[in-house]
Amino acid sequence: MRTGVFICWCGSNIGGVVDVPRVVEVISSLPGVAYCSDYKYMCSEPGQDKIIKAVAEHHLDRVVVASCSPRLHEATFRSVLSRAGLNPYLFEMANIREHCSWVHQKEPEKATEKAVALIRRAVAKVNRLEPLYASTIPVTDRALVIGGGIAGIQAALDIADAGHQVILVEKEPSLGGKMAMLDKTFPTLDCSACISTPKMVVAAQHPNITLLTYAEVEKVTGYIGNFTVTIRQKARSVDHSKCTGCGTCWEKCPTRVPSEYDLGLGTRKAIYISFPQAVPNKPVIDREHCRQFTRGKCGVCQKVCPTGAIDYTQEDALIEERVGAIVLATGYDLFDWTRAYGEYGYGRYPDVISSLHFERMVNANGPTGGKILRPSDGQPPRRVVFVQCVGSRDEAKGREYCSRTCCMYTAKHAHQVLEKIPGASAYVFYIDVRCPGKAYEEFYQRTVSEGARYIRGRVSRIYPLGDRLVVRGADTLLGRPLEVEADLVVLATAMVPDKSAHKVARILGVTTDKDGFFQEVHPKLRPVETNTAGIFLAGACQGPKDIPDTVAQAGAAAAKVCVLLSRREINADPMVARINERLCTGCMTCRHVCPYRAIEARTVTGRQGTPERTVAFVNTGLCQGCGACSASCRCGAVDLSGFSNDQVMAEVAALCR
Amino acid sequence: MQLAYYPGCCWETSAREYDRSTRRVGKHLGIDLIDIPDWTCCGSSAGHSTSHLLATSLAARNLALAEEMGLDVVASCASCYQRLALARHELVTNEQLREQVNQITGRPFHGRIQVKSILEVIAALETAEISERVTKPLQGLKVAAYYGCLLVRPRPVQVDDPEDPQLIEKIMLAAGAETVDWSHKTECCGASLAMSNDQLALPMVASILRAAELSGANCIVCACPLCHFNLDRRQSQVNRSRGTDYHLPVFYFTQLLGVAMGLDPRALGVFDHFVDTSGILSLVS
Repeated sequence: MRTGVFICWCGSNIGGVVDVPRVVEVISSLPGVAYCSDYKYMCSEPGQDKIIKAVAEHHLDRVVVASCSPRLHEATFRSVLSRAGLNPYLFEMANIREHCSWVHQKEPEKATEKAVALIRRAVAKVNRLEPLYASTIPVTDRALVIGGGIAGIQAALDIADAGHQVILVEKEPSLGGKMAMLDKTFPTLDCSACISTPKMVVAAQHPNITLLTYAEVEKVTGYIGNFTVTIRQKARSVDHSKCTGCGTCWEKCPTRVPSEYDLGLGTRKAIYISFPQAVPNKPVIDREHCRQFTRGKCGVCQKVCPTGAIDYTQEDALIEERVGAIVLATGYDLFDWTRAYGEYGYGRYPDVISSLHFERMVNANGPTGGKILRPSDGQPPRRVVFVQCVGSRDEAKGREYCSRTCCMYTAKHAHQVLEKIPGASAYVFYIDVRCPGKAYEEFYQRTVSEGARYIRGRVSRIYPLGDRLVVRGADTLLGRPLEVEADLVVLATAMVPDKSAHKVARILGVTTDKDGFFQEVHPKLRPVETNTAGIFLAGACQGPKDIPDTVAQAGAAAAKVCVLLSRREINADPMVARINERLCTGCMTCRHVCPYRAIEARTVTGRQGTPERTVAFVNTGLCQGCGACSASCRCGAVDLSGFSNDQVMAEVAALCR
Repeated sequence: MQLAYYPGCCWETSAREYDRSTRRVGKHLGIDLIDIPDWTCCGSSAGHSTSHLLATSLAARNLALAEEMGLDVVASCASCYQRLALARHELVTNEQLREQVNQITGRPFHGRIQVKSILEVIAALETAEISERVTKPLQGLKVAAYYGCLLVRPRPVQVDDPEDPQLIEKIMLAAGAETVDWSHKTECCGASLAMSNDQLALPMVASILRAAELSGANCIVCACPLCHFNLDRRQSQVNRSRGTDYHLPVFYFTQLLGVAMGLDPRALGVFDHFVDTSGILSLVS
């Protein structure tokens, strides 16, 4: 056995603390080490070349690299071994950066000793490693996109255009998400519906996209390339294959309820489409309020429907599909300020509204036909006050983070007030004005030049005075408190994950971060992947963001999906559990502890009529190599390839020497 | 129910109606209020603005006396309540402070008893317990419940929600009165500044009176002697300096509750206020 050890300085990250020349000296004299050298940046091209050359020159058959975390460069060095002609699994890393030089900066001598010990451990392990060979698993050429807002639509279109099948699932009756609820979008002041509805229609008609609206994902099993998903198509009570969207039914429906789409500002019928440009443009029946379902009496819609499309007997249907990749695009909701902000009235004052309320009002499709009116008396406001950061940047009662879009949309709202209501004034109470995107700062300056008054300070109280509201805050640049009488107050409330996010995370087994957004693998380098292979993220479900960033991220997720689906098969990680059937007694303790349901029971027969017995069997596609089964096995029948009991004990012995 | 009663300095002077009405109403409701023997000043605003240690020690002495009685403390004055409750909270959470203060007072306090406001004690009763004792429902009274700031801040000792408290309303509704939703329930009245710097405090009083009037109330109800003093005694001064014409009688909630329960109005002190109350009280009987 000829092991080569390569020690990295990582610039001064390691070399500035650990005495690398000394480590080289000590390690060179370890038994089993045929060659030891060092270099400033092992992961760089010259560094990698040095390894390949040394393998050839010194006939090395195993390699240890002492540098950073394997999470960063294990894959890099494994491919170096492949290029050098060695099995890539005859490799071990010693982390002398994150686990050593970075945490012991004040004790260089001890850090050097520790580096030696860590490398000794790695050598002891690498000397016991066996070559491993990756197997392949097939990939189903179909993707599932969960969420039909702009993120989901964009991702679905990009994947479908690349030639792959896509299933697009949306829980509301129509596609569009929050973007379709908006009026105009910054910084171009494009009409939101005008730019999103064409995409919605393409998504509905694309030959490669199967659109399921009013449907939710109920169960997901399997693994990358081979997911099995169960989708619940909720009963619409309308047969969409017969319905033409003529609208007679909702015209005649006698039941009116507050519209969720208009956030309670307007009403809809019990049989309804959410907005005129809904896709599909066919209604669903809200069974909780429909008289036919709650009282057994009505049936008007069925009577007037010219195609007989109404079907009260329709039931939820469960659809099972196989997909190779999943994209999460579940979007966002707004923070419920009415529960936390008593100083703004706990939601009791009708003229204190959220920014999304304002969007619905100013949208021509909305409850006021595009007019900005006070909810209390239906009159146009003369003075509108905007309050930023309600629930954002607030560790005390909201969220710590900045919601990223509100400074921009508030500037837009202020502009719309000044444009639509002649003689009106707009005040904005802010902490900072954040305009990081292309043409964003110019957009904000334009609003300021149009006369919007920006006051740097927070609002401590809003209370009614007669039929107006008093907004009490501070002007910190002038250093004094002030009160502004307003006719309408608009609160820019924080963006939080969609209310279904928690449930979806559980169904898919993805993790969420401290604020409930889906967790990406690495915020800078891998922003659209999750820790579960094969599941990707797009849009606000990963963190607050605006439309440009959402569309960009959706494209990124689609690209990752296409990379996956364009292969017939992918390599499965060979560092999985192995069961020695001769030692296995079939107690199945391992199956109980496996978190990935990767172990099954299997009957085996010995030769020449020895009786059948039950043994455990590992599905290598599902196994994630966690080792729980190996630790739980009483007979020592389970071992983890790449982390065998033997290898681990050798590491312990080397460290404890 | 037995409680150690802390009357406070206003007891015999400016807030004696609050003290008298608290005692009578308490007795009528079956709350046994036992005076803390040899009680002394709680420290309140004067102590609190001079020295934190002094203010805590003054309060701690009374807490220790109540602890010896083995009873929770109840105070009617909102300022006394807040001083005692905050001191108790600090002594219980800060061991070093507790040891230091116990040394100063010579009467160790161990944190075994709680401090309550008479407002929360009465509001904690079942509505039925109050309403079944009401013999003269407060018809015709449209009450603006004024909490002031000391009962609802700071957070560790707040008696009710600081933005929208409802305890006084609950009691007034049980007594048969109508209550109004108004904007200045918890705005500061200026407190002791009304005596030391009334130029600053008078506008604060004025805005409270204005909000009460705009809300349609015909009287104000409060739970703090200093608030009462400012809103009642200073009302005519506000009228003179601003040309307004407020005639809003200001009661302690215990007084109105006593009237509703048929207790002798004179003994409750309802005719001892500056703003004439006879007009509004005639609506009741």
